[in-house]
Amino acid sequence: MMPTLQLIIIPMAADYEVRNINLAVADHDHSVYTQQMVQKIKSSGYFKLVNYSSTFQEAVTSIEADKADIVLEIPAKFEQNIVREDHASLFIAVNAVNGMKANLGAAYLQNIIQNYNNQIRTKWVQFPPVPPQTNITVSVSNWFNPMMSYKYFMVPAVLATLLTLLGTFLTALNIVREKEIGTIEQINVTPIKKYHFILGKLIPFWVLGLAVLTIGLLIMRFGYQIHPVGNVLILYLFASLYLLSILGLGLLISTYADTQQQAMLISFFILMIFILLGGLFTPIDSMPPWVQKLTWLNPVSYFIDVVRMVVLKGSGLSDIKNHIFVIIGFAIFLNSWAVWNYKKTS
Amino acid sequence: MKQFFAFIKKEFFHIWRDKRTLFILLGMPITQIIIFGFALTNEVKNSKMAILDFSKDASSKQLIQKMSISKYFDATSVLYNYQEVEPTFKKGKVKMVLVIPQQFANDLQHGNQAHIQLICDGSDPNVANTLSTYATAIIKDFQSQLVKEQKLPYRIETDIRMMYNPELKGAYSFVPGVMALILMLTCAMMTSIAIVKEKEMGTMEIILVSPLKPFGVVIAKAIPYMLLSMVNVITILLLSVYVLDVPIRGNLILLLSEGLLFTITSLALGLLISSITDSQQVAMLISLMGLFLPTTVFSGYMFPIENMPIPLQVMSNIVPAKWFYFIVKTIMIKGLGFQYVWKETCILIGMTLVLFGLSIKNFKTRLS
Repeated sequence: MMPTLQLIIIPMAADYEVRNINLAVADHDHSVYTQQMVQKIKSSGYFKLVNYSSTFQEAVTSIEADKADIVLEIPAKFEQNIVREDHASLFIAVNAVNGMKANLGAAYLQNIIQNYNNQIRTKWVQFPPVPPQTNITVSVSNWFNPMMSYKYFMVPAVLATLLTLLGTFLTALNIVREKEIGTIEQINVTPIKKYHFILGKLIPFWVLGLAVLTIGLLIMRFGYQIHPVGNVLILYLFASLYLLSILGLGLLISTYADTQQQAMLISFFILMIFILLGGLFTPIDSMPPWVQKLTWLNPVSYFIDVVRMVVLKGSGLSDIKNHIFVIIGFAIFLNSWAVWNYKKTS
Repeated sequence: MKQFFAFIKKEFFHIWRDKRTLFILLGMPITQIIIFGFALTNEVKNSKMAILDFSKDASSKQLIQKMSISKYFDATSVLYNYQEVEPTFKKGKVKMVLVIPQQFANDLQHGNQAHIQLICDGSDPNVANTLSTYATAIIKDFQSQLVKEQKLPYRIETDIRMMYNPELKGAYSFVPGVMALILMLTCAMMTSIAIVKEKEMGTMEIILVSPLKPFGVVIAKAIPYMLLSMVNVITILLLSVYVLDVPIRGNLILLLSEGLLFTITSLALGLLISSITDSQQVAMLISLMGLFLPTTVFSGYMFPIENMPIPLQVMSNIVPAKWFYFIVKTIMIKGLGFQYVWKETCILIGMTLVLFGLSIKNFKTRLS
């Protein structure tokens, strides 16, 4: 239930595309040109005009009240200056609390203004506007996600994150619960071996994890219409290995914690770091080099990577073989640590 | 009153004894601030680029040189034909391929017209868009170096000022968000679990026969966590000022009292959760589902609210963290006064009262 809900809500919410930028215009000129320009900005689809006033103060107030993201100030005699003096200047003030949005928003706005500028120029300069000058045309094509939809990017990764959360939390809490209630003593007095006990705890959750993955893939396929390009079996293979390592992490935490509160906090703390640094929200490539080195120790980043590669790009086994080896390594390491640290006698 | 303080003292012993929990509670804000401040950035740089150069002449070399010295691209591999492009992307490291057609220099010098193709890995649309924008800008720059551009007539110049955050640091929007998250977590989650734990262990009955009123018992349990949260607020503020260079532009007292208000709101939420659950696991799941997830998703520091579908935007209004995030952003980053946040403050106070009312109502019916 909880994973389903998350899988539905997060991708809907996680849309980083910058559009709907609220624009306030302070127009001191009120000429035909300013009208045309503002019209052009509005029709670009990126901007929403929320305030059109004659004073800069009013426009800035709308930024302070968080109503506007960008203020465009058009000076008096804007049109006159372009025509007579050959150049005019505009002032743009951006609310930069959110740096990325500010940067892109300002770039879009400048782009539109440049376009408008070219439009005027061709209107005024009748003859071959400028001597034939060197021109490089750039064509851009985006592969694997031609619609440039954020959902394609987020849904697989959110699924990977959910699997991680579920696996770690449930295993971590399960054993500690037995510790807290005291039933673990009863198990300890049985002749069962340490690794039998650990395996016995692990397998049900492993099956549960694969079931959640199946549900998630169905939602992805039918709810979001994302058809995995690669082979789903590869995904299952990797996920089953990954689940082993992440369940091992849960077990490890549970062998260290004494109370459920502790187990929960410790897993929350570790997972928070893993997920934030796993490349779900921000690209790992943008992190500073020392952090990028740290992400090699982060199982979550491998899984998110593989899910995206298989679902979106159709990567095959040979493309992800390194990921597979690393994840097997994690599984062995974490589980043996957990078995080693689990003591039957307190 | 004396009994009340005795209870608070007892609760402090509880927390103090559990060193691991205490360590994590106090360490959490520090790690979060450091991760958010140093590691998480949406800025795209050092992206791996592959080069497919059919031309191999002076101009194409120059262009490649120019691209690779920019901080945005690292030319990591050289391809020789189109068939290699897809496998390269599938390996997952390369984000963009720069394709230079044959006779690039020739076309430039004699035909005055040349083509460049950029192939981006669109699986992350934002990175793809940003990369193609940067690359196009570099190519245009390269072009204008070739032609010493004459001053064009009828120019419109733009002058841009980035308000509040001229260096466009991500930390400016993350710090208030982290604050909301940590407060929610320590206050609501820990309080609810601490209370439910007593229920689960059966010790609640013992406490309830003490002369203190039941609600007093619960409040006494909440107060230590409230103090812990305030310690966290101060840690976050100190770290952001001295480590991340995020200034506190507004009134510190106002900021702290809003922090206290939000702490009380989270506390009320925690009480409500504890009054409707009986097991720690359930309390934890509800806290995660009902607090942590909405706080991250709807407060607006991770995901832009204005891009969400309308039903979600409406839903975001019932999340207290959203209002707190707005308040902190306004006071701390923009440096504005109380008159800009009084509405949001009233909403938070209203929410707190409603939550307290609900939990008192539920509490009585369960424990009498």
